[in-house]
Amino acid sequence: MSVDNMAQQSFLPLTWSDAMYLAPEWILIAFMIVLVVLDLALPRRSGRKVIGWLTLAGLLTSLGFVIGQVLDMNAGTEWPIRLLGDSYRIDAFGSLLKILFLSATALIVLMSIGTVKREDIPDKGEFYYLLLPAVTGAMMMASSGDMITLYVGLELLSITTYVLVGIRKHSVKSAEGAFKYVVTGGISSALLLFGMSYLYGLTGATNLGAIKDALLVQGAAGDIQELLYVSFFLMLAGFGIKIGAAPFHFWAPDVYQGAPTPITAFLAIVSKAAALAVLFRITFNVVFPLSNATDMYLSQDIFLTILVLAAAAMIVGTTSALRQRNAKRLMALSGVANAGYLLVPIGVSFKGLHMQNVGEFMFYLAAYILMNVGAFAVISVVSKATGHEELKGFAGLYYRAPWTAAAMIVFVLSLAGLPVTGGFFGKLFILLGAAQSQAYWIVAIMVVSSVISYYFYFGIIRQMFMRGGGDEAEVDMPATTGVVVWLCAVLTVALGIVPGPVIGWVNEHFSIIRDLFIMSP
Amino acid sequence: MLADIPILSLITFSPLIGILVLLLLPKQNSRWLKVTAVTATLIPLALSLWLYADFDGTLGGKPYKESVTWVNAALNKETMPDIASYLFKFQYQMGIDGISLPLLLLTTIVAVMAALASVHVKKRWKAFYLWFLLLEIGMLGVFMARDVFLFFIFFELTLIPMFFLIGIWGFGGREKAANRFLIYNGIGSALMLLAFVMLVMTAGFRVDQVDQQTQHVYYSGSYEVIKDNLTDPDSFVNAAPESPLHMSDTMRWSIFILLLIAFGIKLPIFPFHTWMLRVHAEAHPAIVMIHSGVLLKMGAYGLLRFGVFLFPSQMRDWATVLAILGVINILYGAVLAFRQKEFKLVLAYSSISHMGIVLLGIASLNEIGLQGAMIQLVSHGLISALLFLIVGSLQERTGTTELGELGGLARSLPFMSGILLTAGMASLGLPGLSGFIGEFLSLLGLFDSMRVLTAVAVLGVILTAVYVLRSVLAITFGPMPERFGALRDARLVEAVPMIALLAFIILIGVYPSVLTEPMKHGFDALLQQLNVKVGG
Repeated sequence: MSVDNMAQQSFLPLTWSDAMYLAPEWILIAFMIVLVVLDLALPRRSGRKVIGWLTLAGLLTSLGFVIGQVLDMNAGTEWPIRLLGDSYRIDAFGSLLKILFLSATALIVLMSIGTVKREDIPDKGEFYYLLLPAVTGAMMMASSGDMITLYVGLELLSITTYVLVGIRKHSVKSAEGAFKYVVTGGISSALLLFGMSYLYGLTGATNLGAIKDALLVQGAAGDIQELLYVSFFLMLAGFGIKIGAAPFHFWAPDVYQGAPTPITAFLAIVSKAAALAVLFRITFNVVFPLSNATDMYLSQDIFLTILVLAAAAMIVGTTSALRQRNAKRLMALSGVANAGYLLVPIGVSFKGLHMQNVGEFMFYLAAYILMNVGAFAVISVVSKATGHEELKGFAGLYYRAPWTAAAMIVFVLSLAGLPVTGGFFGKLFILLGAAQSQAYWIVAIMVVSSVISYYFYFGIIRQMFMRGGGDEAEVDMPATTGVVVWLCAVLTVALGIVPGPVIGWVNEHFSIIRDLFIMSP
Repeated sequence: MLADIPILSLITFSPLIGILVLLLLPKQNSRWLKVTAVTATLIPLALSLWLYADFDGTLGGKPYKESVTWVNAALNKETMPDIASYLFKFQYQMGIDGISLPLLLLTTIVAVMAALASVHVKKRWKAFYLWFLLLEIGMLGVFMARDVFLFFIFFELTLIPMFFLIGIWGFGGREKAANRFLIYNGIGSALMLLAFVMLVMTAGFRVDQVDQQTQHVYYSGSYEVIKDNLTDPDSFVNAAPESPLHMSDTMRWSIFILLLIAFGIKLPIFPFHTWMLRVHAEAHPAIVMIHSGVLLKMGAYGLLRFGVFLFPSQMRDWATVLAILGVINILYGAVLAFRQKEFKLVLAYSSISHMGIVLLGIASLNEIGLQGAMIQLVSHGLISALLFLIVGSLQERTGTTELGELGGLARSLPFMSGILLTAGMASLGLPGLSGFIGEFLSLLGLFDSMRVLTAVAVLGVILTAVYVLRSVLAITFGPMPERFGALRDARLVEAVPMIALLAFIILIGVYPSVLTEPMKHGFDALLQQLNVKVGG
């Protein structure tokens, strides 16, 4: 199919039946509108807990629809669903990510309901309902097959999170974080758009499938290679900022520190994962097919660049976290290292018998979500009790809240990649995949950076168990946060004991050809 | 009848019973917590003695194996529609043979003694015993796991409780010691994991042809699968170099060297030993009993199980290197032990020296030497456990372990001094005690192939006598400081483990067959393979 046809097709309007497939997204938008009005209508003095619960309900309803779609997919419906000329795709890749995004956001909302206080965040209602468009943006990114939808999703996610980071209006740190985030976010968007514009200029298409086809035709000519390099490097830098991979991570500690803790968790999980997901799609749809083109080293070079980016993120993230004394900044740098781990399944390509990149990615992402949400939930209650976010706030936590300390051990072990936790198997599967592709050097960097990370992760344990309680502040664990902590801890251990069914299910039900590659119709 | 029940899993996880009971007990009730913990360690001891009695090392003997499907992760096989299944297959696989069994017994014995020695623990008993029992599960699992990743998990399961046990219940520099322990062993585990990942991705590959149409393709973590693949001349990895599945020599050497370093850190081999000195000096003596008695042995076991058994020809090429490392360990440990002023550090360096002898036994690559290495492992485990048991009791009474401050204790503590003296004799290799058998057989084995090195090593054995006598005599004889006059000798709860450990040391010393009998055929396959290679 020619590029012109594709362009024509993308103007086909949505039909009603098509719109049904977008139910998860519609629901979130509808809930948001209702909650905006409700927030206006509720008297100023009333607590905004009800908005929190309704936000949660919206997320869960949407999650139910996504799960329904996935089950449908197994029931034999024609998949993938390609809307608006392939610019929006309902496929396993997008749906699995949506499940993860929605669950993560639901956990984050649940943990906030007990901990978010009006003294800290004057506009509690806003805090909750802005998460809905943010996660909608992330879902659009996961489903996008076109650079335009991708960008719209990205901006929807970014702009709402700019507001959320600055929502502690009376805090200077929060304002500073929000400002930094807006500026770096703007740079990231600019770089991305600039890179995309080259691709569009070279191929005349915005659809990833169409770009691939055009490049495969022109590729042999070889005279556009330099421009393609420029384009991909610009995009990688843009995504690098969004996922917080070194050397594009400098904004992360400040922003993470300034944002309210639940929003920090949202940035560390959903924002990061959405950008990674888009990078995953672009890499395997546009870069990977070129690996067979003769005289084109582009594909190998880009994959290598991604791995180098991953290695840099792991090394820089772990080494700069060594001297960190603030819990949230520590988690920011830990997030940098984790971005590195998550980049590995994107960078090792399909090679020989190794084709389970998506399974590795999804499994580690699931484990990452559980351990991060759990850790942030604990951080939020501890910092609320002590009034600050320094690591020494954890001192003697064992004496004050032994069970919370025990749960934190689970999260720390998982973050450090030690058995028996989801984090261990997540890393192991990624390691095995990289070794299967003979990328032994990245395997070595991964295990070594994990060991370096022991030092600072176990620093939290040292504080909790080996130091006396400097702060005698009572740790008050709201029931909702407690549920989140224990749900995350139990699931983390469960992933560590029976990881097989989870990754096996993804690998079995995920088809590269059907769900990842965007083929010409 | 033992083969019908999952005895190996029962042994490994029996401390869980103790953990569950401990969780239910109130945390102030130290007496009941202690009783529970000691009882919980007696269960695996009883079970492993039963296993020992039932064990038959001969080739036709009953195999003790347990294998349960654990991680069967399907992989994407879209491009290979013809195969029936394509999996990562990591199994819960446990097994025991002549090499595991002595170390298993050592673990269960030392664990009971260390639990008894924990009477001196002064705080947070509940958490202490919880970590202690978790540690025991890890140790037991390490010696029986037969899947590389299961092995790795048990190995790491010893790391985390040790970190807590050192860091919370140790002496002044405990946090630093715990950190060092964590980082050094972490690096060791990381290299081991790297080696295992490479191993599984090359030698773990297997195709089971059920019939013409049905093929099961998988990557297995099973030790047996990997070993079969590596040693079977017809397997994929030994195919012609053009084959994509061929395992190159570079790969084999890389894995072998990674494993050598990984287990070398644990053993420890000379340049990687600094972490263990701190642990010896700073951890609670009951924990050092475990550490010196069992954890160091995991390094030697891993080296044997994965280094020597999987890569015999690499091992043969490097036998001299290993022997030289062993001699360095012996001499370095002995000389530095002589220079120490702190008794715990004397023992720490003495451990380095004694582990050198294990390296010699392994480097000999003949049956006598390998058996010597095994006996040395068990013997040193018992002796160092006994020595640290005494150290714990001494420190409890005198408040110090500095050689300069101690002296003349034979007068106020005759029983403990007597045991200390005997343990010292065992350590320096007095015939009739277990230390002698281990050293003698290891050196005898090595004498076959490397005479000069053996001669140098014997020098180290002489030095052992010097430093052991110097320090032990400094404690027991000479002028006694006034304040030690009123010390009370060992209580019953201290005397029982001392006598028990000494009894085992004497038993092995006069009747080594208790150990050599089960491991008689443990090395058959390895030696046969080495000989084939030599012949070819």
